[in-house]
Amino acid sequence: MDVLNALVAFSNFVLVPGIAYGSQLALGALGVTLVYGILRFSNFAHGDTMAFGTMVVVLVTWAFQGAGISIDPLPTALLAIPFGILVTIAMLLGTDRVVYRFYRAQKVKPVILVIVSMGVMFIMNGIVRLIIGPGDQRFSDGERFIMSARTFKEMTGLDEGLAIKTTQGITVITAIIVVLLLFWFLGRTRTGKSMRAYSDNEDLALLSGINPERVVMVTWIIVAALATIAGTLYGLDKSFKPFVYFQLLLPIFASAIVGGLGSPLGAIAGGYLIAFAEVTITYPLKKVLGYLLPETLAPDGLVQLLSTDYKFAVSFVILLIVLLFKPTGLFDGRAH
Amino acid sequence: MTPTQTDMIVVDDVHKHFGGFHAVDGASLTIAKGSITGLIGPNGAGKTTLFNVIAGVLGPTSGTVTMDGEDITGLPPHDLFAKGLLRTFQIAHEFSSMTCRENLMMVPGGQSGETLWNTWFGRRRIADEERALRARADEVLEFLTISHLADNKAGEISGGQKKLLELGRTMMVDAKIVFLDEVGAGVNRTLLNTIGDAIIRLNKERGYTFVVIEHDMDFIGRLCDPVICMAEGRVLAEGTLDEIKVNEQVIEAYLGTGLKNKAAAG
Repeated sequence: MDVLNALVAFSNFVLVPGIAYGSQLALGALGVTLVYGILRFSNFAHGDTMAFGTMVVVLVTWAFQGAGISIDPLPTALLAIPFGILVTIAMLLGTDRVVYRFYRAQKVKPVILVIVSMGVMFIMNGIVRLIIGPGDQRFSDGERFIMSARTFKEMTGLDEGLAIKTTQGITVITAIIVVLLLFWFLGRTRTGKSMRAYSDNEDLALLSGINPERVVMVTWIIVAALATIAGTLYGLDKSFKPFVYFQLLLPIFASAIVGGLGSPLGAIAGGYLIAFAEVTITYPLKKVLGYLLPETLAPDGLVQLLSTDYKFAVSFVILLIVLLFKPTGLFDGRAH
Repeated sequence: MTPTQTDMIVVDDVHKHFGGFHAVDGASLTIAKGSITGLIGPNGAGKTTLFNVIAGVLGPTSGTVTMDGEDITGLPPHDLFAKGLLRTFQIAHEFSSMTCRENLMMVPGGQSGETLWNTWFGRRRIADEERALRARADEVLEFLTISHLADNKAGEISGGQKKLLELGRTMMVDAKIVFLDEVGAGVNRTLLNTIGDAIIRLNKERGYTFVVIEHDMDFIGRLCDPVICMAEGRVLAEGTLDEIKVNEQVIEAYLGTGLKNKAAAG
């Protein structure tokens, strides 16, 4: 019984949140890795692109809520996502037109594009905070739990409860659908293959019938969709605060790099790795160990390996370790 | 130089400078329709740079390039590709994570599967196109005697086979003129003969015009007429290989006296 209780406690506080957070990071890292693989620079504006997309979703959600439109028990935000994606697509294509295209035509070095993307990051960050304000915004509604801790306890008779939030369920299901669609797209469709070809060998792609501007455009469209979905899922799960998305840039980049920049599969693996490491190390394991160890050995302290304030450090430590042993990341993103 | 009906490519006084270095320094030449023209010259003569200028990879510092009577100077590579101007690389390029067949199927442009809209809503048309492309790719692979490699990753085949694949790429569309950059470099004799046969057949059967950069004089002699010799960014001489071989300027260029004079002058 104790083992079961330990397992449930672990699932409740580490496994379920870890899977949800990992899915959000994976979707974010996919966007970063696509930009890196195809446009060949590290896009520092990605966190704020997520914030921008989410902001639009929040605004549209409020409008829907005001008009009494809902899809109870699911959050109204799901209805608003397509609008968020469309506006974000317009935003990214506009940015590309005004900013990146100029530098692409100059064939500048990637490091210059990185600095340029930082400029874009500050501007987007400013726009978002100007429109919706820097504070915390809640926009989730509908049923809060798929399964609450009490229901679980009644069902199983265990002391420990397992709660699964609706947002966590939605996050995982959405992430699976999006990832399957993306891989189908990249692997099976002509447009997707053009993107892979462009990423694989730009010179050759240019000398084939591949129109680079179209590849770039499609990339931004997909990145906009990924960023908006990732941001909205994160916002639903926690809450929406522009600055948090800027901070998310760190674990997202760590995920993409750990997995191997340019590799979609790596971005997903990296996302879950970082998320689980972060959640496991910052969660007090006292309860889990209390069930597993004999009473005399039960820990007195919280057995929290690291305060949550330091959670971003976890990403960096993992990043360091992986890069020391496998500098290309877990999956080699760039074909040779 | 006025382009005539029989000229495929006319290069008129093209310069390409990299800082103070004049890689191509006033090159002028014409490529006749239906010819297999050889382009030879010592290393650093500017052959590849001139290829890159013609193929739109580099913009010329000055000068013009005309194709079939149309000014194509500075057009980007994918536009030239659409006009039927293709090139291969000195070091074979391939999409390494895709199979050889997929590599070939990537080549033709303007496929309906390239728009996001058709990806979702034009599935049947795409399927028909893909089927035709697949058949064509398989035909090309057979022509090049590498059918057995169809499902191999292009990154994993040998260097010589990659060269064949490069040539195959040009067969996926109706090319007018193909620039082959050292197609024989690092390729064994047997494969080189296969490549040579393929070039001659494409030239005869499909009317492709070829321009071939090559250091292997046997290969040049077997395939090319005329042969153009470049040195120091300029065209030195043009004629049959036998004429070129006895041309004094050419011999000088290969032996390096030309460089010495230039160093003394500079």
